[in-house]
Amino acid sequence: MNVTLRETRIEKPAQQHLGFVDCDVHPFFRTPADFDPFLSARWREHRVTIGNRARQPLAKGSLYPRMSPGNGMRMDAWPADGGPPGSDLAMMREQLLDLFDVRYGLLAPLVGGAAGDRNVDFGAAMAVAVNEWQCAVFCDPEPRLKASVQITLEHEDAAIAEIERRAGDPRFAQVNIPPRGLEPLGRRRYRKILAACAANGFPISLHLGGTSGHASTGSGWPSFYHEEHPSYVQSMQTLVTSLVCEGAFDEVPDLKVVMVEGGFAWLPALAWRLDRTWKRLRAEVPLAKAPSEYVREHFWVTTQPMEEPERAEDMLRTIEWIGPERVMFSTDYPHWDQDDPRYAFKVKLPEDWARLIYRENALALYRLD
Amino acid sequence: MASRHVVAAADEIPPGGRKIVTVRGRQIGVFNLGGEFFALINVCPHQGAKLCEGAIVSQLVSNGPGEYGLARPGEIIRCPWHCWEFDIRTGQSWCEPDDVKARSFNVTVEAGGTLAKGPFVAETLSVSVERQYVVVEM
Amino acid sequence: MSSTTLTALGGAIDCDIHPAVPNARALLPHMDEYWREHMLRRGLERENFDLSAYPVNAPINVRPDWKLEKGPPGSSLADMQAHVLEPMGTGLAICNVLHGAQAMMSEDLSAALCRGVNNWLAAEWLDRDPRLRASILVPQHSGELAAEEIERMAGDRRFVQVLMLAMAELPPGRRQLWPIYRAAEKHGLPIGLHAGSTFRHPPSAGGWGSTLMEDYVSYAQGFAAALNSLLAEGVFQKFPDLKVVLIESGVTWLPASMWRINKTWRGVRSEVPWLNKLPADIIRARVRLTAQPLDAPADSAGLGMVLEQLGSEDMLLFASDYPHWQYDGADAVPAGIPAGMLQKMMVENARATYPRLKAA
Repeated sequence: MNVTLRETRIEKPAQQHLGFVDCDVHPFFRTPADFDPFLSARWREHRVTIGNRARQPLAKGSLYPRMSPGNGMRMDAWPADGGPPGSDLAMMREQLLDLFDVRYGLLAPLVGGAAGDRNVDFGAAMAVAVNEWQCAVFCDPEPRLKASVQITLEHEDAAIAEIERRAGDPRFAQVNIPPRGLEPLGRRRYRKILAACAANGFPISLHLGGTSGHASTGSGWPSFYHEEHPSYVQSMQTLVTSLVCEGAFDEVPDLKVVMVEGGFAWLPALAWRLDRTWKRLRAEVPLAKAPSEYVREHFWVTTQPMEEPERAEDMLRTIEWIGPERVMFSTDYPHWDQDDPRYAFKVKLPEDWARLIYRENALALYRLD
Repeated sequence: MASRHVVAAADEIPPGGRKIVTVRGRQIGVFNLGGEFFALINVCPHQGAKLCEGAIVSQLVSNGPGEYGLARPGEIIRCPWHCWEFDIRTGQSWCEPDDVKARSFNVTVEAGGTLAKGPFVAETLSVSVERQYVVVEM
Repeated sequence: MSSTTLTALGGAIDCDIHPAVPNARALLPHMDEYWREHMLRRGLERENFDLSAYPVNAPINVRPDWKLEKGPPGSSLADMQAHVLEPMGTGLAICNVLHGAQAMMSEDLSAALCRGVNNWLAAEWLDRDPRLRASILVPQHSGELAAEEIERMAGDRRFVQVLMLAMAELPPGRRQLWPIYRAAEKHGLPIGLHAGSTFRHPPSAGGWGSTLMEDYVSYAQGFAAALNSLLAEGVFQKFPDLKVVLIESGVTWLPASMWRINKTWRGVRSEVPWLNKLPADIIRARVRLTAQPLDAPADSAGLGMVLEQLGSEDMLLFASDYPHWQYDGADAVPAGIPAGMLQKMMVENARATYPRLKAA
């Protein structure tokens, strides 16, 4: 790392990013009552009296408080009206969409608690409400923003119904599935939902966060956010491992999986480990081809939080191992650890890679334009 | 060649306060730490956030796990994005003081009477001889 | 690399071999009167306390030509000598026993079984082959009882390390476990974290997978979590002479994990203000890894590059991982390790890591 170099880069950013597709933008509500217009009277009452109940001890908020207000928001993204970051479309335009001439922004609403609610009927109702809300508040007034279909993984019928309801609606680009479920996503109990996503032309996006009730790490609950933040990577690794080992891609060959906000530099070593282990255990896991081939064919990664290798040029080899056609830029606006498209890469990307990573991969995957 | 810029009247920035100014087209944060003035570029060397608009915090010190202490209250600026911490006096990053630095500028306080003699640039201020002024060298 | 080269290097130090307890009956002579009767009353001598993390007959856990006619793989000293110590010309080898003793819910039963295993290891293995050294098996879910076992065994200088599974009840950095690190540091014993889990929790917040393959792959992420815990809790600051050895971790996950933990630290370090150095630098100074298995890219040039990203030639320790099936033939050294790293890996790094091997 070198001060002078960094300052130079900051002063003279490359312009490769302009017109990029942002694969991770977070819309937020002003008040939970924002969802009420999209809930039935029964579930409105439930929301007010009981509310979200996840598998964790705090009614609201995280057991791993972030280091900045709003549970980890960019400090300069608070709207003047006092609402939370991400709740003001005008500000989102000013700080993101217009500033960088963003071509499309893929919404990842971490709101409503649909996926993790212990009451799956309420979860299913909230999923529908959040889907309606995304359109009404963000996608309809701002067509550059594309919604993600929220579902409740633990309510198969409702999940499939919601996927089918949104199929063909150009405002929805993908189905959002939380990466920390009760069981790994490759397990049979989720297969019909995965098949419904593929059959209806939706990639699935695994956006990290949330809690399943299982400890964040294989050795239990860590003490600090300092451990929780990198433990998301481990949850992502479990998902890749599970989907590959359970043969999900042999059964649902059109399944496309996007891993959002997990970083990506860990993926090559995981693929090597899968291949190496499979050499010994292929009788237990009778796949049609090597695990790394499924990884290459079925997974995409978004970039944020961008790993920062000690030798900046190591980033290029990492992307080469993954394949530049599988890497898509994301900001994670307006979270504290969001990436700025001008400065996130500390090494200059070859022009053809930059085109793929900033724009073309996402345009093709989501069939935008 | 460095030039000297009058950026504020000294009493405009009280102890603990800051002012964001523009000098030669660049945004600079001017801070008053107990009567001493310091200036940093308003750009985080990490990803370009407006560093000087972040929270002004203390240095957290620890003699070991489970021990927590505050030192140098108000002398650290924390980036509004990734929470990187920088020493307002030097621009050095807390985490990597030798490798990561926000550019800092020499600051002096001059009497209005002296300023009238030059060579100073007062881009936005009219100077009165009775007052003290903050001057940034750039 | 051929075995002749290994011999030429002066008798490598094999930092991970696995003697197996043939059955719990074998432990009875090495347990005290109370626990012997306890075992017999409950019929526990009929059990074998295998870990579900390491099913003994799974192909990954026993190389085909290392299967025994009788007993679980690794349970015969004569066969171990013939399979690995003789053909490789091993100088010293560190015995790491994987055993359900560490998984028991009763801390007291766990401690009693660990004592039995350690006594058995000293009598049945270390006394019979001067090349063997060993790790102290500790009841890792109890910091207090684990520290007692370290104190009990530390006088025997052939025990050179404390052995824990990487994934257990608590993240290993938690303060409840510090008595273990205090005792280990006092006696010059590194902490060996071995791949595997006592399965108090699923391998990640993603829940329980279906297959052994998923579990085995997950052990690498278990190491990342363990390391993050030791760092964040300040274990390396609290115990400045303590070293940690990651055994059977796969190795190549570490560079990307260091990048990530460095990145988190730059923004979040104020939560843990005692963590006052770049995590990667602490890892390089204090953490070592055994080099089997080594999860390598298809091309050996790629392996060289990813190992360069470790940023240190001091970190890798030679290991055969006997009787686990990590390699074929006598090529216990993975191809593609840069020359300088390889040279230090065979002997020198182990001597620097384990103070008790210096005098040997």
